[in-house]
Amino acid sequence: MNDMTSRAPVADPVLDVRNLSLEFADRDKVTFALDAVSFSVGEGEIVSLVGESGCGKSVTAMTIMGLLPKHGARVTSGSALLRGRDLLQTSEREMRRIRGDRIGMIFQDPMTSLNPVHTVGMQISETIRKHRRVSRRAAEKRALEMLDLVRIPDAASRLRAYPHELSGGMRQRVMIAMALACDPELLIADEPTTALDVTVQAQVLDLIADLRRDIGMSVVLITHDLGVVAGVADRMMVMYAGRIVEQGPTEKLFADPAHGYTAGLMRSLPGVNARMHDELREIPGSVPRLDRKIEGCVFAPRCEFSSQSCLAPLPRAQERAQGHWTRCIHADAVCEAMSDNDIVRAWA
Amino acid sequence: MLGYVLGRLLAAIPIFILVAIFIFSLVHLTPGDPAVLLAGDNANPQQVEKIRERLHLDEPLIVQFGIWAGNALQFDLGESIYSNKPVTQLIAQRIEPTFVLAAVTLFLTVAIAVPLGVIAAWRANGWIDRGIMAFAVLGFSVPVFVIAYLLVYFFAVSLRWFPVQGYKPLSNGLLTTLHSVTLPSIALALVFAALIARVTRAAMLEALSENFTRTARAKGLGTFRILVIHALKSAGIPVITVIGIGFATLVGGVVVTESVFNIPGIGRLTVDAITRRDYPVVQGVILFFSALLILINLLIDLSYALFDPRVKG
Repeated sequence: MNDMTSRAPVADPVLDVRNLSLEFADRDKVTFALDAVSFSVGEGEIVSLVGESGCGKSVTAMTIMGLLPKHGARVTSGSALLRGRDLLQTSEREMRRIRGDRIGMIFQDPMTSLNPVHTVGMQISETIRKHRRVSRRAAEKRALEMLDLVRIPDAASRLRAYPHELSGGMRQRVMIAMALACDPELLIADEPTTALDVTVQAQVLDLIADLRRDIGMSVVLITHDLGVVAGVADRMMVMYAGRIVEQGPTEKLFADPAHGYTAGLMRSLPGVNARMHDELREIPGSVPRLDRKIEGCVFAPRCEFSSQSCLAPLPRAQERAQGHWTRCIHADAVCEAMSDNDIVRAWA
Repeated sequence: MLGYVLGRLLAAIPIFILVAIFIFSLVHLTPGDPAVLLAGDNANPQQVEKIRERLHLDEPLIVQFGIWAGNALQFDLGESIYSNKPVTQLIAQRIEPTFVLAAVTLFLTVAIAVPLGVIAAWRANGWIDRGIMAFAVLGFSVPVFVIAYLLVYFFAVSLRWFPVQGYKPLSNGLLTTLHSVTLPSIALALVFAALIARVTRAAMLEALSENFTRTARAKGLGTFRILVIHALKSAGIPVITVIGIGFATLVGGVVVTESVFNIPGIGRLTVDAITRRDYPVVQGVILFFSALLILINLLIDLSYALFDPRVKG
């Protein structure tokens, strides 16, 4: 299998995922969920994993965190290095020290991700007390600082609040406060804004971007929303059917999309000049079943640029510009065809 | 919170009235004339009539109910036909053994069932889980008296660790009492624990599949903290509910267990009263048990607020 980033695109990465493949084995069927996924996240960088539901974004995150069920999920190749240490070879015991301390994680649904029967303050300070030898009082003080940091008004009284007493946006802020309480090097945000109102989405994204700058952490931002990526990500990885099909700096991918799938995603967004009743363009067909290994391009059956040669085993990924890689053999044609797209023109 | 408590208390009153009517009708609709029974084989019709008058059995049912309910409100449940003692006094004399038996049983049950349910959910579908659930099915299907006699055979007759039967009152010291109720409590607890372990497992499985459990793992928390602090507390409501429901079963179990172990508790009083058609005692005991169950349900409702902050008045 060709490795898109045999050379890491960033020097001295915080997280370096290499050639990660993973299968889910049920009684009688195997799903090839991840196929040679490689990417890295540099110091202070926000890197986005983009793709539709089921493309393997969250599975990638859960694999890195070691949170997939032991029975059923099997890593068949690859590594996930956190500052050089392979998390996939780390014992569960050691992983418990890393989770919540060196890697923080937040999830899609802040309504259900907090425990309804414990106070917000307890849930933040238990993370701190798990990883730091501090008194209950010191942990509470730190929790209070964290609530201030994520801009929760009247933080002192919110410490004693239960999750159901807070709005969705506030709960996601609490989740962020909890994830960052131990100053992690890396924050994994799995669809952090999907369940929130649009106005709140922007606030939460701004908060993540600001905190990245202030604390100097790196972020893996998982989303299906290109708008989210465009707003905050330095680099993006486009995932489809368990593979990264294109990756590069965000502005490069928007200005110069070089994969049929990326092009399809961008075309399905309403453009800058879109009118009320313009129809959105969807990508025809549906995601392939992953119960067998696909040798050629996974997107070919739905791709308007595809040809017979897309079904042959893929050549190595090509680098079109510094750090911009694509697995599409018709990259030039895609680029050409997209040159009149609203979004591409806006970014070019 | 106070509003919630008051609301629950008020809601209990109509339930109690309905229960009282039901108990009264049940006893009075059963065939058989207590006056004849009481008067004995050699009584003449005049004597029977006299007894009937004394017990107000000649009045219309509604009047009888009025008299009974009015007295019951003043804690006067009438006199036993058999021993001529006040029913309240009979219950008071028998309350200690039953209370001790129930309390020890409840303690044993929770101490056995909740940890088993938690472990079964943690190791769901593994052999530990299967073992625990097999035990639960067994415990639930074997009748109390079978378990009771097996326990007596092994631990009292063969090993001689515990007495075969009887009850030592608390006046002899707590340890002596506990020693005398160990076997009956275990017999009862096994049945009760089977039910609670199953419900605990189910509630835990649900809690463990919730997103907040994933969050807890992502924070790096250890297994014990995730299971007990996060999952068990949020699984508390179904567990405490079934403990309450189980109490109703426990009442039935107490009657059987007290007979098997010859414990002079309220269960025995009930059985004796029924076999002697001692109507006032039967009514009084059933009313007592009903009031107890209503009280327990009330306490359980109130305890919801302890487990889940979203429950409020």
